[in-house]
Amino acid sequence: MSGEFAVWVYLARTPLLWLTVTLAAYLVADRISAASGRHPVANPVLIAIAITGTVLTLTGTPYATYFDGAQFVHFLLGPATVVLAMPLYEHRATVMRALLPMLAALVAGCTVALGSAIVLARLLGIPEPVIVSLSPKSVTSGVAMGISEALGGDPTLTAVLVMLTGITGAILVTPLMQALGIRDMRARGFAVGLAAHGVGTARAFQVSEVAGTFAGIAMGLNAFLTAIFVPLALRILS
Amino acid sequence: MIASLTLILLAQLLGEVLARSAGLPLPGPVLGMALMLGFLVLRDRRALHLARVLPKPLTDGTLENTARGLLANLSLMFVPAGAGIVGRLDVVQAQGLRLAIVVVVSTVAALVATVLVFLWVARLTARIGGDR
Repeated sequence: MSGEFAVWVYLARTPLLWLTVTLAAYLVADRISAASGRHPVANPVLIAIAITGTVLTLTGTPYATYFDGAQFVHFLLGPATVVLAMPLYEHRATVMRALLPMLAALVAGCTVALGSAIVLARLLGIPEPVIVSLSPKSVTSGVAMGISEALGGDPTLTAVLVMLTGITGAILVTPLMQALGIRDMRARGFAVGLAAHGVGTARAFQVSEVAGTFAGIAMGLNAFLTAIFVPLALRILS
Repeated sequence: MIASLTLILLAQLLGEVLARSAGLPLPGPVLGMALMLGFLVLRDRRALHLARVLPKPLTDGTLENTARGLLANLSLMFVPAGAGIVGRLDVVQAQGLRLAIVVVVSTVAALVATVLVFLWVARLTARIGGDR
């Protein structure tokens, strides 16, 4: 075994390499995003995924090997969700004042997110099992995959669509809200958290802490409501 | 730092236990968020004098700083799952453009519906509630 190859074999086996690659890809992506003035198209999640994906493809690394290292970062999603409580607590007066608008927007947004996806997919002739996998696309991937699996969908396809929806929402929200002339950060944040879960929430925190707070609330509430609404919507709209 | 992390993980752990034992359609961390919120409310009740017994990092702002640090880098945490998506884009390719159209149109529709209803009800409640 030549020296260089031995080093590669060692690195490929420890979490160190892929953990470092993930963090470095994110740092580069975040610098690009910051340099663009946090332009919505320069989405750090999208750029970091593209860099990491390219490295994995070029080195022919299986995803399971990569994830052994990257799982430490992935794990932080849980704690990051828990600490959404801090901005929520800090802005509790603002949140309490917006209780009714939030609940109304939650029901409307959840219904439209689901209904529009199911109706449009049927119109375009997308097969039924794919529609089941598609319908929970706006909620956080753990919940979405659970819903999809329980109703006979493909959880992997759901995970892919959830991520695509998250990135789409995070990129589109700012230009869309500006075009509509909407400046209320509570409403903007709530909309992106509902339509684009955690990736949208990450975008909202880039724009304002109030937007991020409302996005976090919307993400949590929508996970709950979507789990109840998906089976209903699939039956009503069939 | 360690005290803050322990508290955060403890909230997540309890949330996970609650979600699973009650069979709720909610992720454990979201319940953990609710538990953490409950903790913050209790902590700041002066009458309970919790500040005297709690580890100092939980009351002197360290906990809040840890939270801020995590949330500022929320984007990072989607990279490992996202990188897995790159290898599975084939499942989407089978349906091609149609699926992309549905995702984009439905996401825009959800964003617009949510924001408009939010603003409409906010205006309505402000009018009913008077000069609030």
